[in-house]
Amino acid sequence: METEVIVFLILAFVAIGSAIGMIINKNAVYSALFLILNFATVAIFYLMLGAPFIAMAQVTVYAGAIMVLFLFVIMLLGAEQLKKADKGEWQKPVAILFVVVLIVEAVYLIFGGGGDLLPMINEVSEVGDPISLATKLFKEYFLPFQVTAVLLLAAMVGAIVITKQDKKS
Amino acid sequence: MNETLAFILEWVIKGAVLIAILLTGFAYTTYFERRFLARIQIRVGPNRAGPFGLLQPVADGIKLIFKEEVEPAEAYRFAFLLAPVMTMVPAVVIMAVIPWGDKVVMFGREIALAVTDLNVGVLYLLSIASISVYGIVLAGWSSNNKYAMMGGIRSTAQMISYELALGLSFVPPILLAGSLSMSEIIQGQQSSAWYIVYAPLAAIVCFIALLAEVNRAPFDMVEAEQELVAGYVTEYSGMKFALFFMGEYIKMAAVSAIFATMFLGGFDGPGVDTYAWLGPIYLFLKIFGLLGLMIWIRATLPRLRYDRLMAFGWKVLIPIALLNVFITAALIVGLGI
Repeated sequence: METEVIVFLILAFVAIGSAIGMIINKNAVYSALFLILNFATVAIFYLMLGAPFIAMAQVTVYAGAIMVLFLFVIMLLGAEQLKKADKGEWQKPVAILFVVVLIVEAVYLIFGGGGDLLPMINEVSEVGDPISLATKLFKEYFLPFQVTAVLLLAAMVGAIVITKQDKKS
Repeated sequence: MNETLAFILEWVIKGAVLIAILLTGFAYTTYFERRFLARIQIRVGPNRAGPFGLLQPVADGIKLIFKEEVEPAEAYRFAFLLAPVMTMVPAVVIMAVIPWGDKVVMFGREIALAVTDLNVGVLYLLSIASISVYGIVLAGWSSNNKYAMMGGIRSTAQMISYELALGLSFVPPILLAGSLSMSEIIQGQQSSAWYIVYAPLAAIVCFIALLAEVNRAPFDMVEAEQELVAGYVTEYSGMKFALFFMGEYIKMAAVSAIFATMFLGGFDGPGVDTYAWLGPIYLFLKIFGLLGLMIWIRATLPRLRYDRLMAFGWKVLIPIALLNVFITAALIVGLGI
């Protein structure tokens, strides 16, 4: 086997294992840790696809920033331990339905439309390097980029305004 | 295949050398700090173990190894064990992208004096810096102790706040060099001037943010004994405590190296073009000087109050850093540097 395939298989094993670990773990903090591990493996997948910029962004934004806030909330609320009986019985069939759809889609992509995947990989490695990414964002997609930035800013201000308590009342 | 093997061997050797230097360097950084602080405070400092007290770090190490490891009964055991590792590992691996020198010829091979040269080196630094928060978060939570928890939350909040200013202060060097790669940033400084000349404001913001990032005085909330006992390390003892301590000092050396590379020309210095081996020496001298500066600051400035620390980070540093990005960009476009 080629080295790349071996590395991929190990990573895939870790990624799936950590995802399962995240779901079945009773302790919310450990679940969050499994999720961080999962994000890290995804970042390595990006590296393997020749997209170091996206890999680093993945680690910084998801593993570094978002998950820290998750952990904060879990710890500050003291929500580490799951209570026994959960009333979410209706969730099971819905979850199974979604999983089946996802598997069907994945199988179709891999075996049916697999030929389309290769150009996508090339596209990723083309976009992945910082200079070409910046060129695309700031030349080709300049307006959508700016609009997204303004929207994110508005959302951020909105979140702060909503959480800020009115001092008069 | 032979070439690949040599390549892998080269990497392993370079990595091992880096780790060995960092681990011994850590021990002598503590010695340097204690002696230098003592000198500032008109004391003698450790001078009993060996000549000039040079064996003091060894004695400290042996003592810590033989200390009893106490583990709180109600601790979350796995996270409690994981936390020191999560602190230590990012501190060591962050140095991987810092070049120590130009290429040298050894054993008939041309060897670059850097573990690796990523084309997204600066982003690598930022992502590892953001990962290193987890050690503190986990230590604070898993100890199941209110002081540890509060200390952990405080220093985590501090680190993620100052990370923003840090990231923004890296932008001027990136703009000036036109690259995210560390070696190209150094080349840019070799061909013009050190970036501290072009972007002094960014250098100041960067240094302050780096101090906060490694929890050094005057941002050492962790060591605010009067309020927090010993913060997130309260429940740790023996080698586990030593790992936190090690992580902190290695991070000090690492951030000095980062600052030297971004603003002080890295391994650049007179004569480095002809004698490539001068590179690591210059870098070492710069790191040594910056470590001395950090210790000096610790001896000089009192600790900030926590709310002022956060206000300073968000309301002063980040706007300045952001403004500086615009100024630098305007200067580059306007003057064509």
